[in-house]
Amino acid sequence: MSRHNVQVTINGRAYESEVEARLLLSDFLRHELDLTGTHVGCEHGVCGACTVLLDGEPVRACLILAVQVNGRQLTTVEGLATDQDDLHPLQEAFRDAHGLQCGFCTPGILMTMVPFLEDNPEPDEAAIRHAISGNLCRCTGYQHIVDAVKLAAERRRSAD
Amino acid sequence: MKPAPVDYVAAGSLEEALSLLAEHGSDAKPLAGGQSLIPLLNFRLARPTLLVDLNGLGELSYVRDGEGGGLSIGAMTRHSALEGDPRVIAAAPLLSSAAGFIAHPQIRNRGTLGGTLAHADPAAELPVVSVALEARFRIVHAGGERWAAAADFFVGLLTADLQPGELLVEVEVPPMPPASGWAFHELARRTGDYAHAGVAAVLTRENGACSRARLVFLSLGDGPMRARQAEQLLETQGVSEATIDEAAALAARSEIEPSGDIHASEAYKRHLARVLTRRALNEAWRRAGGAA
Repeated sequence: MSRHNVQVTINGRAYESEVEARLLLSDFLRHELDLTGTHVGCEHGVCGACTVLLDGEPVRACLILAVQVNGRQLTTVEGLATDQDDLHPLQEAFRDAHGLQCGFCTPGILMTMVPFLEDNPEPDEAAIRHAISGNLCRCTGYQHIVDAVKLAAERRRSAD
Repeated sequence: MKPAPVDYVAAGSLEEALSLLAEHGSDAKPLAGGQSLIPLLNFRLARPTLLVDLNGLGELSYVRDGEGGGLSIGAMTRHSALEGDPRVIAAAPLLSSAAGFIAHPQIRNRGTLGGTLAHADPAAELPVVSVALEARFRIVHAGGERWAAAADFFVGLLTADLQPGELLVEVEVPPMPPASGWAFHELARRTGDYAHAGVAAVLTRENGACSRARLVFLSLGDGPMRARQAEQLLETQGVSEATIDEAAALAARSEIEPSGDIHASEAYKRHLARVLTRRALNEAWRRAGGAA
């Protein structure tokens, strides 16, 4: 069982740690680095709760080994808001449109939809629903999540 | 669940990967996108002692123009790249379209062409597409290389024609013949779930007749299920509303081997196969310039 040195930049901060080869990125974030904003649901790529950005692209943290992110850039949900009073516009929209209830799926959905809105500043409802198809939510029925994403897109347009 | 203890090497070159795979034989597993392998490790359904990570091998991630308008695609090309690459969309639209049906965006950002082919899941989209397009695979090992036709490569449930020590490194997609049309249809309970049934069709039109038909199913047997009798029917009797109906009924009745599960009975899957085939053949024929 090999152990490996991992150097990774997460939310702009450099981390270094020695890990077992079998350690999942999701567990590395939560248990070794105390970045518990990334949630863990199914551990086989179905629920989307553990979605993080790897070099800017959304991926499942439960389907990547920690050792595989050596030398890479990650963004987790902790990287979205600078502090409690300065939320990311998508987080603001989720709060205002009631896009979350229990909050378990929310970090994964935010990390999926932040890059989606960068690439699709004017998405229609079908595109939003397709984009969140890899994230399970058992509370909201998705409607308020879709509303929140639309609200964030509208606010962004009117601010431009 | 969590993976069992395992050793790991990030291969720095293809040679290093091949030499490690040769040395460790069936105890080693190449790690491509990991979107099927890591769940298997998490469930401890796979227990390799060594993972040989291919993700650092940039030389296996490319889309190049191949011979006569076809494509050569590196095995580590991600599904999201296949979906969006203008050369793939132009030269192999069936491939880019089917890639968009694979799981979810987050999975497509990691999953690779070579990985899904080697994994040989009967519910996977790209094995079926590779058979319909008559793709060929370049397979290398520490001592040399060979080519395998897609039609011969998928030998059974989750089983590809790959020996320990071998690595699928490149996919050659020949150009579709002129005046060819294609279609890909699948039905899943939710977007991104494993499909109950799916079909890829390629039809070639010559003097108003169908000179070549390819019809291949996913999720309806132990691997890609090619419907040769239905293909032959279209090639000999032409494409019309009646022959499309007949070919779809024939394929659904006698050229697939679906098994029922808690979500869909065998009868329902045969029904789906028939409906999806009709849609796919109509669409492919329209794209080929014909009217059914």
